[in-house]
Amino acid sequence: MAKIVVDVMLKPEILDPQGQAVGAALPRLGFTFATSVRQGKRFEIEIDGEATQAMLAEVSRAAETLLANPVIENFVVRVEK
Amino acid sequence: MKIGVVTFPGSLDDRDAARAVRTVGAESIALWHGDSDLHGVDAVILPGGFSYGDYLRCGAISRFAPVMSSIIEKAKTGLPVLGICNGFQVLCESHLLPGALTRNHALHFLCSDQTLKIENSSTAWTSSYQVGDEIVIPLKNGEGSFQCDDATLARLEGDGLIVARYVGENPNGSRNMIAGITNERGNVVGLMPHPEHAIDPLTGPSADGLGFFTSILNQMVSK
Repeated sequence: MAKIVVDVMLKPEILDPQGQAVGAALPRLGFTFATSVRQGKRFEIEIDGEATQAMLAEVSRAAETLLANPVIENFVVRVEK
Repeated sequence: MKIGVVTFPGSLDDRDAARAVRTVGAESIALWHGDSDLHGVDAVILPGGFSYGDYLRCGAISRFAPVMSSIIEKAKTGLPVLGICNGFQVLCESHLLPGALTRNHALHFLCSDQTLKIENSSTAWTSSYQVGDEIVIPLKNGEGSFQCDDATLARLEGDGLIVARYVGENPNGSRNMIAGITNERGNVVGLMPHPEHAIDPLTGPSADGLGFFTSILNQMVSK
């Protein structure tokens, strides 16, 4: 069994009002380190067997089709150790 | 003249859309998301609401419903399709229209009467209007901010594919105040505000929305 993680983020040029709201809330709580916050989604996918290259390619295809909207989002597929 | 109105799990405005269809004298046909048969309709309306709970992204799951496979295929050969609000989101997710609808820039859910300016009166759904007409219809959404890359925006502007723009302050952060767009062929239109809620001054702010429904009727009758 393996776990594959897909991280989905809005493309840098797409406005992220949720991330901005979080970024504005941090300094109000005394956390003054952040110059920018962007919010994304993380999918954890469990599979039977090994996370082979072929399997990762299949997950990428699923990410492109459903998990992410390539018009506004980028995604990264990786195996969770 | 049969106009299909799709009901997804979570659709809200399918009844108002059907009522608008009947008000202009067309026959409204209920289409079910799980049924790929379009029952011989001449046009389709994808209504507003929160289909599939807006899970993942608005319209992202509806786009793969059996009824959508048939609609996407037929829209590519000219079937008139109007997507209102959530329906617009479904059309973008289906790639029948470019761009995407994202969270309103101020994060609030909006619900107000909105003035729009009609920018294109040559689509299947806007021929009853004149370019420059200002109409007032309800706007109600949480994710209505139209976004696309610069090249797409230039193409939308250059090819006259913007159907309507917001008038006044930008309500949701949409690029170039875009409220609605169409495809090159003019048969597919996506609109964030709700013409089906403005067909009778008794129940809406105006009857300005009727034009979308009379447009499609006139197009069909003149064929």
